Amino acid sequence: MTAPPSNPPSAIDASCRLPLFGLFGGAAVCLALASGFGLIASLSFHKASLFADCAMLSYGRAYPAWSHLLVYGFCVPAGLGAGLWLLARLGRVEVAKPWLIAFGAKLWNLGVLVGLIGILAGDASGFEWFEMPRYAVIILLAAFLIITLCAFITHYGRSRRHEEADSPSGTEARFVTSEPTLYPSQWFVVAALFWFPWIFTTAGWLLHYFQVRGVVQVAVGWWYAGNLLNVWLPLTGLAATFYLLPKITGRPLQSQYLALFAFLTLVVFGTWTGMPAHAPLPAWMPTLSGGASLLALVPALAVVASAILTCRGSNVACLGGPLCYAKFGVVSFAVSSLLIALTACPLISRVTDFTWFNHGHATLRLYGFFVMTMTGAAYYILPRVSGIEICANRVRANFWLFVIGTLLFTLPLVAGGVTQGAKLLDPSILFLDTAKPAMMAFRMSTLGEVLIAAGSGLFLFNVLAVMAAWYRSVCRQAFANATARLETAEAQS
Amino acid sequence: MKSSALVFLTAFMALSASWGGFVLAPQIQLGRNAQAKTVPAGDLYPVARPGLANQGADVYRALGCVHCHSQQVRQDGVKCELVLTDAGTNTTATLAALGKLKPGLATAETLSGLPKTLMPLADMNAADPLLKVITGAGAKAEVHVTPTGPDIARQWGRRHTVAQDYVFDSPVQPGTRRAGPDLANVGARFPDRNWHLRHLYAPLAEVANSTMPPYRFLFEKRPVGSGPVPDALALPAGFAAEPGFEIVPTDAARALAAYLVSLRADSPLFEAPVTLPPAPATTAAK
Repeated sequence: MTAPPSNPPSAIDASCRLPLFGLFGGAAVCLALASGFGLIASLSFHKASLFADCAMLSYGRAYPAWSHLLVYGFCVPAGLGAGLWLLARLGRVEVAKPWLIAFGAKLWNLGVLVGLIGILAGDASGFEWFEMPRYAVIILLAAFLIITLCAFITHYGRSRRHEEADSPSGTEARFVTSEPTLYPSQWFVVAALFWFPWIFTTAGWLLHYFQVRGVVQVAVGWWYAGNLLNVWLPLTGLAATFYLLPKITGRPLQSQYLALFAFLTLVVFGTWTGMPAHAPLPAWMPTLSGGASLLALVPALAVVASAILTCRGSNVACLGGPLCYAKFGVVSFAVSSLLIALTACPLISRVTDFTWFNHGHATLRLYGFFVMTMTGAAYYILPRVSGIEICANRVRANFWLFVIGTLLFTLPLVAGGVTQGAKLLDPSILFLDTAKPAMMAFRMSTLGEVLIAAGSGLFLFNVLAVMAAWYRSVCRQAFANATARLETAEAQS
Repeated sequence: MKSSALVFLTAFMALSASWGGFVLAPQIQLGRNAQAKTVPAGDLYPVARPGLANQGADVYRALGCVHCHSQQVRQDGVKCELVLTDAGTNTTATLAALGKLKPGLATAETLSGLPKTLMPLADMNAADPLLKVITGAGAKAEVHVTPTGPDIARQWGRRHTVAQDYVFDSPVQPGTRRAGPDLANVGARFPDRNWHLRHLYAPLAEVANSTMPPYRFLFEKRPVGSGPVPDALALPAGFAAEPGFEIVPTDAARALAAYLVSLRADSPLFEAPVTLPPAPATTAAK
């Protein structure tokens, strides 16, 4: 077997086009839908009786619909799309079985839709961040495995790897890589591809199909949510960050070792996070989890250091482009990690538990870090795979909508959560009076949600515009070819 | 990292460690939990919910009530007190024994108006030698345990919630947010199912300034007289249906109300001791 020839970037990008259209297109639709359901959910706090006659849109169903669409509708496919492209680009290999991946993407979107309908019809599981009913689990798992399989085939077939034909040992074929190490983004993507099926199968199996008893359910649910939000999302998002920052600034990543340190600490500490401090579980579990949340600050700091060192001294203005998205993502990742680490301290978690604070840092992680990084990555990748530029002004407008929206969405929740928690600790204050200041904060955050919804709509428009323009150009080309061939035929006759 | 295998190995080791810790270990520690005995009464706890309440748990899940209501009571600590319940026949010996515990107690006033709190204790274990002295003199004493904390002071429960409370729940929904009050003991606070039905239909009718959304879709408006409906809601003016109509709960509403009434987690357990006020002989140290 000889080394396959290195593929030109254009061929690699072209091979990614179909899968990425499927994954990013579905993700953009789901992000816009999620924003809609988020707004519907928030409206119940503005006028309690708004959906009194409509079970489907009541808070208890619109809220899980929001989280389901955001996490499974947007985050996972967007992360997979960016991850696939990174594996193909960094491995200098065309993506394997693009049709199969596109099919997997469609299947995934179907699973998300089935789950959404289930949730709205009252079939939600009741576990936060894992709201889908049991029949959606199997579809999503099948879709993920299809895409993962293709991603691994792509990664395995990377052209840097070639059999050493003139191996001195003769009989023993030895695989070597022409470069000594994988690029950090590849570690993150590969680990994420491995991580998700494991945690998803565990949660699906133990919460839906072979239900464990009693509080073991919540232990499994929180373990899953912790791994999803604090490991899987960072793994996928940082893979894109570590690619985008050096690529756009034109400076080498500072440094591989810092990235390695971030990777190792993230997987080792992050995986133990997720148990709330006052969980009705044996005390060792929240304690251990709190310690891990504190230590999970280490990878966040390493990422910040790496980002600062990489971007420092580059004179590339980011102008609301993908670089801005990635930078804001890093900052949000660090801040949300800091907020999670703060809750590891019992004195603080005593105040913040059961308040909007936790919702605040979760949305900061989801919107501020992941959605930002992934939309930035999509704006970087889509023009490359389709050859169609996105208007820079629309990208910049989307950036500012997301930034202001995210800040307005999350900061009032965090601040309101602290005041709410402080009042909850004083039994002389009536419960309704504790909820009231939080309600104010919540209403302010709705303004942020409106901006995010506008940004999501713009993102959807931009993605669809790229896809439409590409399909239009294909049709135009096909039409031109058809007419051209006809003319030649006529000329020959 | 040189190879993907190394990445795999790292991820595998990290994830299997936490899987073992947070999935396997709790299953081994708690996965086979069944009914336990209350201390000291020895009743079995928890008791499985009756059928309608069990259906109500499903309604609770389907409506996503968990997103606004927790079912977890926290406590900061416990207040232990030594309480003299019986002075015995030999009051001289009792007084002498009390004098040994604390000199100021050896007065006749201590023996009047029993049960009487003798002294606060650091913890339950501190009571054993003191009880020995008192019972040696023929008197009787108990340790009263009162959990403390803001949740308890809000009367959301008598003790903190522990794993044992959720043995029969599926899905277990302890909740992470309190946009509304905690419901772990709502059945003890509001034992009337009709109150819950009225509150579900129109929260403002029962709780002034309530921020809870009304769940009108769980009820039907029917013309009066089309059939005898014993549990039509008796709503205050301003919330009731127009004359000639009545508000009748659906099966889902009835089940949900039955579930809410069944929510009660205050039995004294070994891991969560509490002295219930009306019961005279609970939690006496043996």
